Amino acid sequence: MAECHPVGFQWVMEAKERGAKVFHVDPRFTRTSAVADEHLGIRVGTDIVFLGALINHVLQNGLEFREYVENYTNAATLVREDFVDADDLGGVFSGWDPESGTYDQQSWGYDGMDVRAPAGSPFKKDAVDDPQEGDDAQTSSGEQSHGAHGADVGDPDELKTDPTLQHPRCVFQVLKRHFARYTPDMVERVCGIGPDQFARIADAITENSGREKTTCFIYSVGWTHHTTGTQYIRAASILQLLLGNMGRPGGGIMALRGHASIQGSTDIPTLYNLLPGYLPMPSAAPPGEDDLAAYIESNEPEGGFWGNARDYTVSLMKAWWGEHATAANDYGFGYLPRITGDHSIYPTIMGMHEGEVEGFFVMGENPTVGSANSKLHRMGMANLKWLVVRDLQMIESATFWKDGPEIETGELRTEEIGTEVFFLPAATHAEKSGTFTNTHRLLQWRHQAVEPPDDCRSELHFTYHLGKRIREKLAASTDERDRPLLELTWDYPTHGPTEDPSGEAVLKEISGYTVADGKAVGGYRELKDDGTTASGCWIYSGSYADEVNQTARRTPNTTGDIASPAPEWGWAWPLNRRVLYNRASADPAGKPWSERKKLIWWDEEQERWTGLDIPDFAGDMRPDYVPEKGAKAEWALRGDDPFVMQADGKGWLYAPSGLLDGPMPNHYEPHESTAQNLVHPGVQASPTRQIEEREDNRSNPEPTEDGHAVYPFQVMTFRIAEHHTAGGMSRFLPHMAELAPDPYAEVSPELAELRGLQHGEWATLVSARTAIEARVMVTDRIRPHVIGGRQVHTIGLPYHWGPNGLAVGDSANDLLPIVMDRNTHISEFKASTCDIVPGRRPRGADLEPFVQAYRDRAGSPGRPITPVEPGRTPEHHGADQRPIPPEELDRPLAGTDPHGPPKDYGTTEHPPLGRGREPDWTPPEESA
Amino acid sequence: MGKTRRRRLPPLLRQLTDDPTGRGVAAQSGRSAAIRPRNAKDTADKVVDSVCPYCAVGCGQKLYVKDEKVVHVEGDPDSPVSRGRLCPRGSSTPSLINSPTRVTTVRYRPPNATEWQDLDLDTAVDMIADRVIDTRRRTWQDRRHSDNAMLRRTLGFAHLGGATLDNEENYLLKKLFSAAGAVAIENQARI
Ligand code: SF4
Repeated sequence: MAECHPVGFQWVMEAKERGAKVFHVDPRFTRTSAVADEHLGIRVGTDIVFLGALINHVLQNGLEFREYVENYTNAATLVREDFVDADDLGGVFSGWDPESGTYDQQSWGYDGMDVRAPAGSPFKKDAVDDPQEGDDAQTSSGEQSHGAHGADVGDPDELKTDPTLQHPRCVFQVLKRHFARYTPDMVERVCGIGPDQFARIADAITENSGREKTTCFIYSVGWTHHTTGTQYIRAASILQLLLGNMGRPGGGIMALRGHASIQGSTDIPTLYNLLPGYLPMPSAAPPGEDDLAAYIESNEPEGGFWGNARDYTVSLMKAWWGEHATAANDYGFGYLPRITGDHSIYPTIMGMHEGEVEGFFVMGENPTVGSANSKLHRMGMANLKWLVVRDLQMIESATFWKDGPEIETGELRTEEIGTEVFFLPAATHAEKSGTFTNTHRLLQWRHQAVEPPDDCRSELHFTYHLGKRIREKLAASTDERDRPLLELTWDYPTHGPTEDPSGEAVLKEISGYTVADGKAVGGYRELKDDGTTASGCWIYSGSYADEVNQTARRTPNTTGDIASPAPEWGWAWPLNRRVLYNRASADPAGKPWSERKKLIWWDEEQERWTGLDIPDFAGDMRPDYVPEKGAKAEWALRGDDPFVMQADGKGWLYAPSGLLDGPMPNHYEPHESTAQNLVHPGVQASPTRQIEEREDNRSNPEPTEDGHAVYPFQVMTFRIAEHHTAGGMSRFLPHMAELAPDPYAEVSPELAELRGLQHGEWATLVSARTAIEARVMVTDRIRPHVIGGRQVHTIGLPYHWGPNGLAVGDSANDLLPIVMDRNTHISEFKASTCDIVPGRRPRGADLEPFVQAYRDRAGSPGRPITPVEPGRTPEHHGADQRPIPPEELDRPLAGTDPHGPPKDYGTTEHPPLGRGREPDWTPPEESA
Repeated sequence: MGKTRRRRLPPLLRQLTDDPTGRGVAAQSGRSAAIRPRNAKDTADKVVDSVCPYCAVGCGQKLYVKDEKVVHVEGDPDSPVSRGRLCPRGSSTPSLINSPTRVTTVRYRPPNATEWQDLDLDTAVDMIADRVIDTRRRTWQDRRHSDNAMLRRTLGFAHLGGATLDNEENYLLKKLFSAAGAVAIENQARI
C-alpha cells in the first residue's frame, strides 16, 4: 500500500500513531513492511490457508462476537442434508460434475430454499438442449448467475434455523468443521509462517475486535489475481463477520483499487456481464422467458434493496430510450443485446485469432503490456480488420504492427499485418471535466483546467460524436436492428468550437430525473417502475439531487469527527453514505455497540435513526420492526437485518449460491505452483479454474509432473510507486523514467547463488510462453520458503515496462499464462512459474528456439495437461470458450439478410479475414 | 509598497524599524525578496480543482494554469482524502499533460502499411463510424437456432477501456455500444 497507494497509506500510519497495530502479509518485504509492526512473509497463493486458520482460531476458541453473529449473519440457518464438504470428497464439494468440470450448486442451498432459476441460466437446463450453450452460468461471471444482484433464498419462513447454533447442519457448525483442517501447523507447512508469528496476529486481531474495537483488512490485486481470488475475499469476509467488523467504523474490508476510476468503471460498467448499478446483463433465453417480466422475476428477490430491481431497470431503459421506452414495448428491454457465456477480454482476444472479432476499440488501456500472455493479445490484434487506439502517448498497443516483439523475432511481418489502425489522441484529466469514482466509492468532480491541444479530445467527445455520426448514417434505415441506435436518447448539450458535450448533463442523466418535468430526483428511493422516472445508474441516483452537482462539493473536514469526516466533500454512492451496512454499527435494539464505535443509532423520542452517517435503510424503520407477510424489498427485512442488499438481510458466512467454485473457501495451489497441495493432496489447483488451452498459452508442468524442475521457481508480478500499470502514463515521463529506468527481478541471495545471478546484471526469465530479460536485484526482501522439506524460491517481478517510451524493457506479463478464476474471469497474474538464468535473452529469431528447448525438456509440448482433478478431461479446458458455431446462428451475411439486402453504408464488402491478406479498405484519398 | 521602500534601508535600520527578531525583512536580499513561491496564486492566471488521474486514492489536486497551460500542481490541502499530499505519480501531472512525446494529432495506418500517415480527425471519426456499421451488419446475430433465443447482438467488435475514464464517458460508451448490439465491452476493472 505504501508503494502503490502512497498517499492513502498516511491514514494507516496515522492509525498506527494512535495505537493501531499494523500487520503486513506479503510474500515480499516492501515499503509497507518497513513501517508495519510486523511483516508476515507468506508464500504466494496460500492466503486461504492463512485466513482459514484465523477463522478456525476464532471458531475453536469461541472468540466470535456472539451477539453480532447470532443476529446479523446466517450462522443459524441450516444447510441442506445432501451437502457434503470437500473434506469428505477428496477436495471437491458435493455437486461436482467430472464430465463438465463444473458444479451443480443445488446441494449447497439452505434447507427449505427453493433455488429460483434466473432466466436463461443453467438452472433451467431443460430450456436449452444444446449442451454447449446449456452452461451459461458456468461460463458467465459468478455474479451473473446471481449473487451481485441478490440471490433469492426463497421464503424466509420456509428456512430452518437453529438460533442456538448447535445443530450439526447449521452454517456455524458447517463452518467450524470445514475450517478445522486449517491449523497453525498447516499455516507453517503451507504458507511458511511460523506458529509464534501466527499466534501474534491471531491474538492481535481477536483482541482488537468486539464492542469497543474494530479491525480492518486491506487488500488489492494480490488477492484478486488468483484462480481462487474470489474465495480469498470470501475468507476475509467470513472472518470479519465472525468478529463483528462489518458495517462499523474502522472495520470492513477495503479493496484498494488500482486506477483513478476503476471503481467507477465497475459501477457504471464497461463490463460485458453488467448493466449500470450491478444489474445483470440479460442472458439469452427462449421466447417467452426473455422479456422484462422474466428478467425481473429472476433478479428481484422479495427482500432487500434488489427487491426494487424493476424500478432500477425501467428507469435505466427510460434514460436510454426515452419516449421510445413504453410499457407496450417492455420499456425497450428487448433492445438490449443478450449474452451467452463469457464475453470478457480473454475470449474476445481468442475471437480475434479466429477472425470472429474484427474491430477493437482500446481507450486508455494497453493490453499488449498489461494483460496476461500479452503476446497472445498482439497476435490477436494483428488479425483484426480495424483497431482504434485512444491514448495520450504512442503506446505499445498502437504500434505492435511496427515494432512489437514479434516483429523482432520475425513471427510477424509489418507488411503482412492487415490491421487498419487509427490512433486518436486523447485529452488528459485536466483537459475535461467529469467524475472519477475513487476507491472509497467517492465521486469527485474535476473541473476542466485547459483546452485539449490539436486533435486531442475526451472520450466523452469521441463517443458522443461517433454515436452522432453512426446515427446520421443510419437515419434512413428502417431495419429493426437499427432501432435501438436510432431511438437512443443522444442529444446532450454541447459547447465551444469543438462541440464538446456537457459532462454535467450526462451526470444528471445518470443521477436521474422525473420524465414529466426533467427535474433531478433526490435518489433511488424516488425511482419508479412505471416509466415516470429515468436514471442511468440507480446507485448513483442522487449525485445530482436538487439540480446541484453534488460530486463537485469541496467542503473540507469540518465535523472533526473521525467516523464521518467531510460528508460534504464529493458524493459517495449510495446516497452519500460513507459506511455501507451501517445498521450493523448498532446492536439489535438500535444502540451503538459502544460509545467509542458509534455511527448511527435509533432515537426513540424522534422515532428515527440518527447519527453520523446516512442509514442504509428507511430512517423510520424501528429496530424491532418485523415484516408482515407479502412485504417487499427493504420492508421485507427485519429492523435488525443490516445487510440490506441480501435477500435475507444477513451477512453470509456460507454462500448458498452465487459462487461457481464452492460455498466456502478451500485452499488450492495456483495453477502453476512450486508446491503440492498439502490441504487436499488429490486436487492440486482449483478444479473450476478457467484455462485458455492453446498451443500459444501452454502451461508449465505441475509439481507432480516430471518436467516441473524445468520451471522451478514461483514468480509474482507487482507494481512500484514510480510507475503506473502498463506504463502509458509513466514510462514516457522523464523523471519517472529516471526513477525506475529498467525492468528488474527481485531474487533472494540464496536464489542468486543457486543460479549465479549478479546484482545489477541482466537475467533471463523463461516460461513455456516466452522468455524475457530483466535486471537482477538481489535482496533480502524476498525470502525462500521451506515447503515439504524443499526450499522453494519466489521471484518478484514488476510489470510496468514495454518497448515504447523513455523507460523501456520487456513486459513481465508476456511470461504468464491466461488462467482464470471462473467467478470473475480474472487471470492469475500473481502466481506462475519460470526459470531464471544469468545473461540477456536471445535476440530476434533465436528467441523461439531457446523457449522451445525449455518446452522440449519439460515434455513437449508442455501442458495441455493431463488433469489431476477427479474426472477432469482435457477437452473441458477451454471448451466453454468456444464461439457458437456459425450454423447455430441466424447470421445474416451480405446478400442473405432476412431483413432485406444490406444497405449501402459507403464501405465495401471484404473477403474473409486472414493474416497476410491484401489491404481491403480503400485508404482515404487525402492520406493515400 | 511601503515594505519595498523600507527594504532599501540598511539591514540594521530595517531590523530596528520593522523586524525586531532580525529574521524577516532585515535578512532579506533583493533577490530573495523577488522570489515567489511556486504555489503563489499570483504566478498563475487561475488555480483549478482537480483529482489525481493515477491511482484510486483520489488525491485532491490544485492545477496552476498560466497562458492556457498547466504550469504547476499542488496537493489540495482541503482534501479529506489526501490532506495536501501527492506521491511521485501525482506530482508528475504537469509533465504528463505537457509531455513533449505526447501525440496530439490523429495517426493512421492503412492495412499492411509500414508507416503512419496523417489523417483529419473528422475523416477518422467518419471512417470509424463506417467500420462499426459495416462490421456490425456482417457479424450480426439475431437468434440462436437451438431454442430460438433472441441474441440481437454482434461479437464482431469489442471495446477495452482503461480505468482512468470518467464515469460519464463509461456511461456513454456502455449506452452507445449496447444500443449497437455489442456485448464484448470490457474494462481494466476486470484485469
Ligand atoms: S497522488 Fe499518488 S496516491 Fe494520490 S491519487 Fe495520485 S497516484 Fe494515488
